[in-house]
Amino acid sequence: MRYLPLSDADRKAMLATIGVDRIEDLYADAPASALLKEPLDLPRHKSELEVERIFSQLSARNTPAGRVPFFIGAGAYRHHVPASVDHLIQRSEFLTSYTPYQPEISQGTLQTLFEFQTQVALLTGMDVANASMYDGSTATAEAVLMAHRLTKRRKALLSGGLHPHYAEVVQTISRLAEDETLAMAPDVSGAEDIIAKIDDTISCVVVQTPDFFGNLRDLTKIADACHRHGALLVAVFTEAVSLGLLTAPGAMGADIVVGEGQSIGNALNFGGPYVGLFATRHDYVRQMPGRLAGESVDADGRRSFVLTLSTREQHIRRDKATSNICTNSGLCALAFTIHLTLLGEAGLTRLAKLNHANAVALAEMLERVPNVDVLNRNFFNEFTLRVKGDAAALVERMAAKGVLAGVPVSRLLPKAGLDDLLLVASSETNTPEDRAAFVAALEGSL
Amino acid sequence: MLDRPAHIDDETPDTFTGNRALDQEEPLLFEIGRTDATGVDVEEPPQFAARLGGMERKDQIGLPGLSEPEAMRHYVRLSRKNCSIDAGLYPLGSCTMKHNPRANEKLARLEGLADLHPLQPISSVQGALELMETLAHWLLTLTNMQAIALSPKAGAHGELCGMMAIKSAVAARGEGATRNVVLIPQSAHGTNPATAALLGFSVRVVPGADDGTVRAAAVKEALGPDVAALMLTNPNTCGLFEREIIEIADAVHEAGAYFYCDGANFNAIAGVARPGDFGVDAMHINLHKTFSTPHGGGGPGAGPVVLSERLAPFAPVPFLRRNGEALELVEHAEGTQSFGRMTAFHGQMGMFVRALAYLLAHGGDGVAQASKDAVLSANYVRASLRDVMSQPFGDRLCMHEVLFDDAWLKGTGVSTLDFAKAMIDEGYHPMTIYFPLVAHGAMLIEPTESESKASLDLFIATLRDLAKRAKEGDAKRFTQAPRFAPRRRVDETAAARKPVLRWSAESPSLRGA
Repeated sequence: MRYLPLSDADRKAMLATIGVDRIEDLYADAPASALLKEPLDLPRHKSELEVERIFSQLSARNTPAGRVPFFIGAGAYRHHVPASVDHLIQRSEFLTSYTPYQPEISQGTLQTLFEFQTQVALLTGMDVANASMYDGSTATAEAVLMAHRLTKRRKALLSGGLHPHYAEVVQTISRLAEDETLAMAPDVSGAEDIIAKIDDTISCVVVQTPDFFGNLRDLTKIADACHRHGALLVAVFTEAVSLGLLTAPGAMGADIVVGEGQSIGNALNFGGPYVGLFATRHDYVRQMPGRLAGESVDADGRRSFVLTLSTREQHIRRDKATSNICTNSGLCALAFTIHLTLLGEAGLTRLAKLNHANAVALAEMLERVPNVDVLNRNFFNEFTLRVKGDAAALVERMAAKGVLAGVPVSRLLPKAGLDDLLLVASSETNTPEDRAAFVAALEGSL
Repeated sequence: MLDRPAHIDDETPDTFTGNRALDQEEPLLFEIGRTDATGVDVEEPPQFAARLGGMERKDQIGLPGLSEPEAMRHYVRLSRKNCSIDAGLYPLGSCTMKHNPRANEKLARLEGLADLHPLQPISSVQGALELMETLAHWLLTLTNMQAIALSPKAGAHGELCGMMAIKSAVAARGEGATRNVVLIPQSAHGTNPATAALLGFSVRVVPGADDGTVRAAAVKEALGPDVAALMLTNPNTCGLFEREIIEIADAVHEAGAYFYCDGANFNAIAGVARPGDFGVDAMHINLHKTFSTPHGGGGPGAGPVVLSERLAPFAPVPFLRRNGEALELVEHAEGTQSFGRMTAFHGQMGMFVRALAYLLAHGGDGVAQASKDAVLSANYVRASLRDVMSQPFGDRLCMHEVLFDDAWLKGTGVSTLDFAKAMIDEGYHPMTIYFPLVAHGAMLIEPTESESKASLDLFIATLRDLAKRAKEGDAKRFTQAPRFAPRRRVDETAAARKPVLRWSAESPSLRGA
């Protein structure tokens, strides 16, 4: 048991100091009937080598994205992460530190969070951002709850272009919090008339950009309609790299911008851990959920950083808190901020352009394939195909040919009658050979 | 104890740079970066016709970049201003800072685990699903519960999950309108009342007894036909085992309510006692606390929830199902009693890998020994400090953490905060302070099972020395602390009064470097 430093002699000496005979005596307060009499039926401890073998075998039974032509997106995106990002987040002082409750010895975490908050605010075109949330979907649910607090209304209007999982997360929390949601039907075209649904009972409109099906849309008119009716516009993104090329949601009038930051600095990780981004306007800061790092001074007048505005939080306000959240995705936010620092504006813009270029190249090839339609006129790095037959079965046939082709829409929306739709994403990791393999596998599987 | 080096005294001059050898100041990224600088060579996009529908950005973002060498230096220098468990004892009660094995990090980065998309064909991720199933088996065995929800992303998210299951179960019984109260002890984590309130419950506080625990009689007093659940932490936030837990669970069940156990302190009893045997209906497990996934400056966490048979049908999607040899994921709630979805995908897979690696390395035998060693270490600290520091509920056995208060500092001019800051100068991260609220000037120490006896002895000797100095009237040592940290005492009031939450070009630094 290499993780346990105490020897039996140490244990004996410590028990003597305490004044009991056996460690088991320390559990005297527990009801005897609640203590295990026999060891549990679980394997005994293993060496590091033995454990590695087990995980190697589990790992070998999966198909990692990097081994095959890979075109899956729908809320999680495969990008190249520079080696220095992973090296830096594995430094002990970052990896094995806790929430920076003692600012004098946590300036490393606090300054990086302050820089992260600034980067997120700049990217989204908003005034302020928090120190991160669990992921994009939970950040969206928190944005809806925040809109309810700000407007004193409890009905959110969800766009049909919102990621179906995000919509489900919002609906689950809303239903159990006894709030309402009005969800529009899935809209492949990106032209749904959401403005007609906005009235004085709506707390917020939740719109995704680019939307789930890949469409781009100017949100300005929706924002204006929201504001005319005293509602807020919540803009959601699932692909943070898109912000390098597209008009920022803040510039289109969004009041709260939330999204998934996994794309920058973080691996796919089979769905988590990810990093939720959350930004808003100055006026709404005290209703914002989550942690915030702020600037201050120390006793010598030197610039310092510290967690602040904690009077909104659960440890002080308890059942009156803005949210029950008492964590952030610190390490994932660190990876995000380091990767973004390495990119800078020049690198991010170029990366975004390359993503778009690769997606356009793929779309142009697919537009020439018989029995396949590219449904989007415009998109960033993901678009929707209409294929002949069942897209889910097509994806399986293409997987058998060694190509991971995309996400059948029916996997997320099984009841929507959209069985012939396939979401396809492309990033800088795709080569011309990958695209050719995709087209060949598609043509051979239709 | 070492004398202060003779060459450091009040005459020690300032340096031109403001640095002190290895202790180097680091400007903000925005003060050293340039929007045209980049540390990544992204290949040039080929000529192509953009299809952005006029939505391309027309303005500058204003994002500074750094070259790779500059970025490396920026973050390495910043990292050195952080305390970490790898650098020293980090006795944060209720937060649990234990050894983070690097083997776990290596495994979490295996290509076949890290480079998987959550929406890949199920046939291409069978190993990942088996990993989740194996972790579930360990957690269910350790807790003696019937079902598990792996997807909650942190402890508080797990609380939300458990309480959503309870609310759904109450509603399924047709009592949604009448059972709208949740009982919560005074000493509870703040997340408990916040979670209950988020779901529209009103909170009824259960007073604690003089010994720091909750009495069955007090719970019975508070119970009624309007109560949906009790949320109780065991071992509790005072580091004590709830002696009457079985009687409390029985009373809760007799009243038709559910027992939610906050599992934050499961690391005291894992392998020694099972919450299912206490009558728990739902409990979250903080994988980062109990099974050693790193905290990374606050997160990510992972908060799987174990459920009793009564709550199992309400568990969120997605969940695993065996279909012959193959594993499937049930991703949609329709046609089930599941309350729905809590997060976009399957939860914190990267954390599952680390937690399972830790469990397999420890084995069932090691998990039990780790719990026992954690409890042994905390009682050793208690027994070694009881004559110089005071405990709010008297000197009695504790679990994995020991609670002191500030009664012993009375009249010294030294507060709990001052005492904590003086510990920083001695090279220790302070213990948790001012929590739980039920103890005045609380100091909650959790040494964990990771500390050697020599390490504990030095920690104890340091605290004894500080205690002696405080009582002897050397208040200035404490009120002026920390002196040797990267920063002196930080003004938290100023930060809150006029919040500066980001850098901006208009006011690059409101307070100056």
